[in-house]
Amino acid sequence: MPVNMIVCCKQVPDPEAPPSVFKVVNNKMTVPPEVKPVIGQYEEFALEAALKIKDTAGGKITALSLGNNFVRDVIKKALAVGADELVLLEDKAFEDGDSWSTADALAAAVKKIGTYDIIFCGRQSSDWDAGQVGLGIAEILGIPAVTLARKAGISDGKAKVERVIPDGYQVIEVTLPAVIVVTSGIGALRYATLKGIMAAAKKQPVVWKPADIGLEPSKTGAAGRRSKLDKLFQPVKESKCEIIEGETVAEAGAKLAVRLREAKLL
Amino acid sequence: MAEYKGILVCGELADGKLASITTELLGCGRKLADELKEELSCLLASDAVSAAAKEAIAFGADKVYAVEHPTLKEYQADSYTQVVEKVVKDISPRVILIGQTSVGRDMAPRLAFRLGTSVTTDCLNLSVDPATKLLVQTRPVYGGNAQAVFTSQLMPQMVTVRAKTMSPLERDASRKGEVIPTEVDIDTSKVRTKILETVKEEAVGIKLEDAPVIVSGGRGMGGPQPFQTVLKELADLLHGAVGASRPPADNGWVPEHLHIGLTGKIVAPDIYIAIAISGASQHTAGCSGSKHIIAINKDPEANIFREAEFGVVGKYEEVVPAFTSKLKELLAG
Repeated sequence: MPVNMIVCCKQVPDPEAPPSVFKVVNNKMTVPPEVKPVIGQYEEFALEAALKIKDTAGGKITALSLGNNFVRDVIKKALAVGADELVLLEDKAFEDGDSWSTADALAAAVKKIGTYDIIFCGRQSSDWDAGQVGLGIAEILGIPAVTLARKAGISDGKAKVERVIPDGYQVIEVTLPAVIVVTSGIGALRYATLKGIMAAAKKQPVVWKPADIGLEPSKTGAAGRRSKLDKLFQPVKESKCEIIEGETVAEAGAKLAVRLREAKLL
Repeated sequence: MAEYKGILVCGELADGKLASITTELLGCGRKLADELKEELSCLLASDAVSAAAKEAIAFGADKVYAVEHPTLKEYQADSYTQVVEKVVKDISPRVILIGQTSVGRDMAPRLAFRLGTSVTTDCLNLSVDPATKLLVQTRPVYGGNAQAVFTSQLMPQMVTVRAKTMSPLERDASRKGEVIPTEVDIDTSKVRTKILETVKEEAVGIKLEDAPVIVSGGRGMGGPQPFQTVLKELADLLHGAVGASRPPADNGWVPEHLHIGLTGKIVAPDIYIAIAISGASQHTAGCSGSKHIIAINKDPEANIFREAEFGVVGKYEEVVPAFTSKLKELLAG
């Protein structure tokens, strides 16, 4: 059965950038321009989960993202690797939302897209790390959700998901339509083919403003928040590391053993 | 409108016993309740909870809502969330504390959206603002590169709390409290998932969360093999366990259950030896509670040296065997 899938993706500052480049200025996180935005790691896994289903069952993938000032080449990666459509909720009014306002807007977009069997999300965004939006979309749409998925497939009109639990995993069957929230273990997102990149370059994303999905600009983004951000700060951490040296690094290794014994740690 | 009062801990059981995260939440909840001069209650929902309910009182609860139902033996979001929603609507707590665990991560956002309130996940610090009586909620953001402080006017104020960040009270079996058996009808037609199979994958031997010593490897290990040789040898010598940062788990060099970090396990051993781990905030979020961190990394600028107490700059292939063999000699002598 061909499967209609929507994958929610977020453009974030590269979380693999060294910690020292992240600076809080006036209660906002800033990164220098050389830190390029990327699609968040877990959303890449979510895309791969959808592509794997498309490989076997066939179907259609719509990538959906919310934000403002998207870098087209970054977000179009979803098309380059094999998504069929790209829908951007792009407007200043969408900025600085919380999990509630984000899920609310994405759910409204999903309704407008209309046909869907599975909505894939990443387990948490690489910036705010809240891990709520996928579940929020499911609650708003009144459909089931399975989180921490490391494998997802379709059989008999239902999805079969491997959900990670602390000491192993569960195989869970869920009725469709459903939200599936993806963690690592799905496998890295495939590389775009040259053909995929060229096709993506030609394709224009669909851009929706709040009014296009039936939202008032004054009730979304920062204005639609349910929690208030009082302060963003970076705790000061002083390094107190004692570096053990030696003639050779092997000697340093041996001296470390001696030092730890002296300090009665081992 | 209902008056929102008191603190409710959503408890969890592990092998039929009160889970350690729940004792931590009760410790934290007791302080908040005393400050607000309100009650601390605990919700326990499983197939059998009477022993755990008594424990919850010994660890600080004034009241325990005990829900027993055979379908609650194994966590399923659609049944479990119904139970919590019902109890919360009955008792209207001011604050709900939930563990940032496999269950809490999955249940808390559902409940918050259902109740029309907000939840702040993965909190490290909670306090009461004396002026507004609101719960001040601090959590890491940007993979641990910053922390954010949130408040919410909406009731109940919900948070999930990271494991091992709050201290349990001393267990006191003489503490008085009330266990309230609570019946909840579970509408099974609303359960849209079915658990077909539960598979245990954890390796035999010492559990990562319980290990006094953890020897952990990162991206710099270069492949799966050193985890089974160099790191395992050192871990065995110290009666510890082998762990990993995210890249080895993502690359399949080690099983996911060895992954330590923001999205993996949170550990707090006596000794944490980080080998070829750069120390991204994402990783240190999972190990910064360790008593002593020791770092071995070829990059002198690696962030892990900011976290560590002792360090050696050098390639692990050269440092670790020399370290292990000297240690063997010292421990024998």
